Parts: sequence; C-alpha cells; structure tokens
Amino acid sequence: MVNQAPLTFYGDGLPGIDTGSLIGKLIVVEGPDGVGRSTQVGLLRTWLEHGGHAVMDTGMARSALVGKTIKQAKQGNTLGPLTLSMFYATDFADRLENEIIPALRAGFVVLTDRYIYSSIARASARGSDPAWIRQVFDFALRPHAIYYLRADVQDLLPRVVYERGGFDYWESGMDVRLGKDLYESFVRYQKRVIRVLDSMAKRYDFQIVDASRSPDDIFLDLKKRITRLLKAASGSARRKPARAEAVARQAASPSHAGLREVAGV
Amino acid sequence: MRVFSNRKFPGKLIVVEGIDGSGKSTQMSLLSHWLRSRGFGVLFSEWNSSPLVRETTRRGKKKDMFTPTTFSLIHATDFADRIERQILPPLRAGSIVCADRYAFTAFARDTARGVSRRWVRNLYRFAIRPAIAFYFRVSLDVALGRILGGRDALKYYEAGMDLRLSRDVEESFRIFQGRIIEEYEAMIGEFNFQVIDATLSIEEQQTQIRAIVEEKLDLSHPNGLLKSPWRGPLNGQPSAAHLLR
Repeated sequence: MVNQAPLTFYGDGLPGIDTGSLIGKLIVVEGPDGVGRSTQVGLLRTWLEHGGHAVMDTGMARSALVGKTIKQAKQGNTLGPLTLSMFYATDFADRLENEIIPALRAGFVVLTDRYIYSSIARASARGSDPAWIRQVFDFALRPHAIYYLRADVQDLLPRVVYERGGFDYWESGMDVRLGKDLYESFVRYQKRVIRVLDSMAKRYDFQIVDASRSPDDIFLDLKKRITRLLKAASGSARRKPARAEAVARQAASPSHAGLREVAGV
Repeated sequence: MRVFSNRKFPGKLIVVEGIDGSGKSTQMSLLSHWLRSRGFGVLFSEWNSSPLVRETTRRGKKKDMFTPTTFSLIHATDFADRIERQILPPLRAGSIVCADRYAFTAFARDTARGVSRRWVRNLYRFAIRPAIAFYFRVSLDVALGRILGGRDALKYYEAGMDLRLSRDVEESFRIFQGRIIEEYEAMIGEFNFQVIDATLSIEEQQTQIRAIVEEKLDLSHPNGLLKSPWRGPLNGQPSAAHLLR
C-alpha cells in the first residue's frame, strides 16, 4: 500500500510546522535488535543514491542534543526505565525537527533505522503504560512506509552472538532483570519487544518483511517495495509541476540530481 | 484524561509553584526547616537538577539548541530521573518530599511556548499527585522588580527570548511570563492549588502555609510519616538566608 497524501502528524503535531512543504519521502526500517536493520539501511542508501536520489539516513541516539548523553547515561548504573524512555523521546524530537523535517522539505528520501515504534515497544516491554508512551510520541510524522523486519528470537541469536560478539546489557533488558544472565534476559526481553511490535503492526500500518531470510533476499524484497513507492511518488509529483520546479530551484546542495528524481522533474 | 498516577504512598509530596521572583523558594525553605524541627524526615527536589540531564540542558540552553518540543522533553527527562530516584523511593519510605517546581511548571511554560496542552499533560502522566500544591500568586511588576533587583540579568529562556516575542528582553519577559501566569491561573481549579498571595510579608505567607500543611498532613497524627532525628543541613537545599542574598 502506498501513501501519497501529504504527510501528517499522528497527534497535535509540532508547533509551527507546515507539513504541506514536506515533499520528500519518509521511509522507516523497524525491527528488533540484531535483525539486520542497519545492514539493510546501508544497502538501501547506496542503491538509492545510485538511482539518483538524495538520501538522508538517521537512527536512534544520534541527535546533537542528547546522543552523547544517552551513551554516557547507559554506562552508569542509575538510569531508570522511565528516564530511558524520555531520553529517547528527546533524541527523536531533536532529530525530527533538525534533521528529518529539513531533509523532507528539501525533497530527500529519509531512511530511518527505527522510528518511534521501537521506543514504544521497549517502553511497553519495560512496564510503561502503552497508551501513555504512544501519546508521548504522537508528535511524530506518519511515514510513507514502515518496513517491519519480522523475525523470532531464534533468528536474532546467531547475529548477536557471532557478529556482534555477545549480548548488550540494554538490548537484553538487564535493567529490568528479566533473567538470571544476559542470555536468559535477552531471550525474554526480545520476545516481549517482538510481541509488542507484532501487536502494533495493524495500528501503525507496518509492512511486514520476513527477516528470517538471507540479507540478500531481504534487500531484494525491500528494493521492490521502495521502487513501487517512489514510482507512485514521481507520478503524483508530475501532476504538480509548478511546485516541483520551485523546489528544484531552491535546492543548493550537491544532491541536485537526486532531488529532481524525487520531485519527478 | 487522567493526569498523574493515583498511587498512594506513606510519604507526602508538597510542591511550590509560581513564576520567577514569586518568593516560592524562600517559603519552601522556611517550611522544610520547620517540618524538620518538628522531627519529620524531609527531602528536597529542585526543578532541572538531575545529575544525568542537567549538563545537557545547560549546554542546549547555552548553544540555543532547543525548540519548544525538545525544551519540553528534556525537562520531562530530568523530571523522570528525579521521580525514579529522588521522589518516589523516599515517598514509599514515608518521607515528606518538598519539590521546588513540579509538572505544573512544564504545563505552564510549555503551553506558553505553543506546545499542545493535551500532549504535555499526557507527557507527565507518570508524575505523582502532590498532597499539597502551593501557588504563589504575584503580579508581573512585582516579580520583575524582585528579579531585576536581585540578579544581574533576565535569562534567555526564562524571558522566552527563543520565541522571538520582542527584541527587548524585559518586554519579552513580560509577554512570556504573562502567558505563564494565565496558564497558572487556569490550573488553580484543575489541580486544586492552594493560592498564596505572594505580596504579603514573608512571615504572613509562612504562617498561612504552615497552617495548611498542619491541617492537610494532619501533623499531630502523622500516620506512616517517617520521623528523623537528623537536624543537619538539607540535601542540597539552600537556607532562606542564602536565597535572599
């Protein structure tokens, strides 16, 4: 399913943002820890740029405002589950307003390695009220597409153990003590996160991508879906040539070619 | 919409609210010293003071990095950390916790910055409902006079300079704090504020406050409240004399 209407906010939205001027594409890759999201985002970025699209990618804890603070706080032993959720909400808001929205305004394809859904799932898995945390994040834009890389815990284990060299404290939910050791806690915590993500699929219109397959197969699948999305987008932009030209004129970045492609000029 | 957690605790939470220069910190200091002299365990939590978050807020303010939304969220993060570590555990233990500014500060300030009223109330739904919330009512002129008399300059965000209301910092302060007062006034009924006329003398205000606390907390029959033999300095709280300096 391809959404071509102008972007909208889930809730009341951000003060002072005109969503009509956001002409880029917002594409989300979601899924549990170790499912291979960042690999896919890297592959997609290269592929899209080869196709002439200007691409901006972003992901959690990369904000200028609190990115470093989150990493530091995670090194200590005092960070509580509520504070962790609020940190991620702050991080997301900073990236949304200072990275994602400006890129969308300039006609970029914004690829985001996780969005609000992981944060909602993690907070819920840690015992927060799901309705509360959903509303906290309702200042977010509804993306054009959400690809949910769906896998079971068993599929995540080889990647986490062999490629990353072991279990991360936070990805194992050790702060909420779900098991006797990292392995046990990881399995229980990720099961919870996956269960919550599954339950969110319908509400947020996730496109479910089977991530138990090889990275190559997943990439092929994602390329097919994104090609369809962008084709439909350039079709709708052609019907509004005045706007697309204005946008192309405004663009002063080296990614001109990509911009034209996205805007369908 | 439900605002605040309805969990009950053996301890009691007292908060003071009002604009800068309303004298609330002085009154809170006098109140907590009195409570301690009566033998109660009292802890103190100040707005924007989480060790995990405070430095980031300071840096963001210095570099002018905030939007109304991130300004709201960083303060909620600071608040969450204080709830988890400074406020909730002592309340469970039966302590009196005094908070200098609480979620109401965010409701007033963030709304005055254009953030959705509904959204910011939901954001703080994890907050604990205070036993007593004092609101120190003061006019803009009085507050401005006290601040200009006591400090070097009006601060950028406190004056709402980020909203570009006026190039003149005093004018901007007037407009922004005026909006905040409107928000506070509208919350009196919503949150059952105890309104204190902050133009009365310090002694008169304190007499009223002590009477309200005595009655609401039923201090002569303090079921579940922790007694403390400790009379030394409060954790991090300046004395009234220090505040007036």
